[in-house]
Amino acid sequence: MASLTRNPFTRAPKSEPILGQNRIVAHFLAFLTWIIGLLFFFPLFWLVLNGFKEESVANASPVLFFDPTLDRFSEVTESNSGLLSFTEAFGNSFWIVLISTVLVMVLAVPAAYALAIRPMRMWRDVLFFFISTKFLPIVGAIMPLWIIARDLDLLGTRTVLVILYTAMNLPLAVWMLRSFFAEVPKELIEAAQIDGCSLMGQIRQVILPIVAPGLAATALLCVIFAWNEFFLAVQLNPTGASTIPVWVNSQQKFQGQFLAGLSAASVLATLPVVIAGWVAQKRMIRGLAMGAIK
Amino acid sequence: MAEVRYEAASRIYPGTEIPAVNSLDLDIADGELLVLVGPSGSGKSTALRMLAGLEHVNEGSVYINDVDVTLKPPQDRDIAMVFQNYALYPSMTVGENMGFALKQAKVPKHERATRVAEAARILGLEPYLDRKPKNLSGGQRQRVAMGRAIVRNPQVFLMDEPLSNLDAKLRVQTRTELADLQARLGVTTVYVTHDQVEAMTMGHRVAVLDGGILQQVDRPRTLYSEPVNRFVAGFIGSPAMNLLDVKRTDGTLSISGQPLEFDPAMASAINASHGSSMSVGVRPEHLTLQSTGIAGEVTVVEELGSESYVHVLTQHQGSDQILVVRDQGETQTTRGDQVHVGVHGALHVFAEDGERIRT
Repeated sequence: MASLTRNPFTRAPKSEPILGQNRIVAHFLAFLTWIIGLLFFFPLFWLVLNGFKEESVANASPVLFFDPTLDRFSEVTESNSGLLSFTEAFGNSFWIVLISTVLVMVLAVPAAYALAIRPMRMWRDVLFFFISTKFLPIVGAIMPLWIIARDLDLLGTRTVLVILYTAMNLPLAVWMLRSFFAEVPKELIEAAQIDGCSLMGQIRQVILPIVAPGLAATALLCVIFAWNEFFLAVQLNPTGASTIPVWVNSQQKFQGQFLAGLSAASVLATLPVVIAGWVAQKRMIRGLAMGAIK
Repeated sequence: MAEVRYEAASRIYPGTEIPAVNSLDLDIADGELLVLVGPSGSGKSTALRMLAGLEHVNEGSVYINDVDVTLKPPQDRDIAMVFQNYALYPSMTVGENMGFALKQAKVPKHERATRVAEAARILGLEPYLDRKPKNLSGGQRQRVAMGRAIVRNPQVFLMDEPLSNLDAKLRVQTRTELADLQARLGVTTVYVTHDQVEAMTMGHRVAVLDGGILQQVDRPRTLYSEPVNRFVAGFIGSPAMNLLDVKRTDGTLSISGQPLEFDPAMASAINASHGSSMSVGVRPEHLTLQSTGIAGEVTVVEELGSESYVHVLTQHQGSDQILVVRDQGETQTTRGDQVHVGVHGALHVFAEDGERIRT
């Protein structure tokens, strides 16, 4: 009956009115948020625009209107002048990122379970040790890494990057997953135990479905970090087996104009991450917010 | 068909010195509904979790059906537990939740379906089998938690404050349904609650715990009429028993100067006990408002319809003392009235150490 009596012209307000004296402050903060957001967005916007320009237009002072062209995209994807073609780099990146992320998750889930649900003595120290590996600037470790990789005959291979990206993302993944796992109510695990569930069963059937958003968020962050990683790739694997960031870098030329081509390459490099992030956005925000509580 | 036995079972949490459960001895008969009751921190939940295998038993043992399960993990004890917050698996439907334990036990799918359907029928959950727990009301979730337990047909049901998340009316209704269900299924049940009304109405026997120590285990009526010590006397009964510290002068006990009368056997038992300070307990229904007796002023009148509880402020041994008096029917008193209170019926006398003085 309520639907009949309801005035069809009444709509829910777009947002709740802000009450009290904080109104002006609130509006100012909203304005500031927009400004900061646009400031962050602008370089990306400029990059995308440049990708659609002729080299001469891109290198001249900026103009508002120009004839967009897809030539730069086809040039950078088809060029085979460097040591690394686009398709090779894309394939390398795809496999390196995929395998390293899978490895990270496979290793981090049991570690996070142990730290969150069955913490041993000094678990805080263990957790701190994990994150402390991120304190060292990677440039400070590049020499030993290079020597080890050389001695193991891993220089210039995809394997070296898989290993390093796994190691690089593991502490972060353990930290994130631990906080997600810690949110799983203790009683659920106890109920599963009483229901006769094995340890693996508890993880697979009870815990993982609950922390799925957290898993997605963690995996996505690992993908992003591995996809974007440049320093290790350029140092240890700069040639045919290398990744997209190295390929983008190779679009810089020593002579002639390359700004538009580089922009087009950058757009191509960014696209997969943007798409992945967009698809996972809802889950990821939920996941990140969920982890933030503990 | 199972008996449960605690033998001097203790639980000491790491980093603490006082046991949460201190040398508990308790026999629970087959098919019995035993309620563990006590204030928070009394160790009642810990005792239940020791039986579940969720809490380590530091000393003593726990037996189910004469099998020592002290060191067995929960999954090997053939028990089912209902948690206070129900602990339903959020990613599974009602049917999957109820069938989860059977699935773990590798029960064939069709048998699983039959048993889940049967439990759903008993609990009136048939329309909800395909729903997720988040789309159920509190009462329905409670039923699913019950269903998950009864589907398994376990040796023992363990219930940890299963009704405390329900609103008052639903709690009372579910209380009787649960007691009825337990009687029909005849499964030995250990039930934890902090609510003494729940304990008294549901339990075949009630075990009162305080500070990790078992105070008394008896049928509700005995617990009410013959509490073994001052703690049980004050804990069981609502409103609580009036408990007064009294000094023994010239071999008599008195409240506000009014000497109390005891039958000869009781009087000699009191005389035989040592110590000069004792306490006397008298339940509100054993006090009446009358024209003579202990003088006082009415401070609060609690009208419950069929009866009312009148709080009377008296002077006892030089300090203020409230006596709660039950007045049958519609009371004629109001706040500020000067009244007299008479003692009729059972008086409980406790020695200095709090133990009941028996004849």
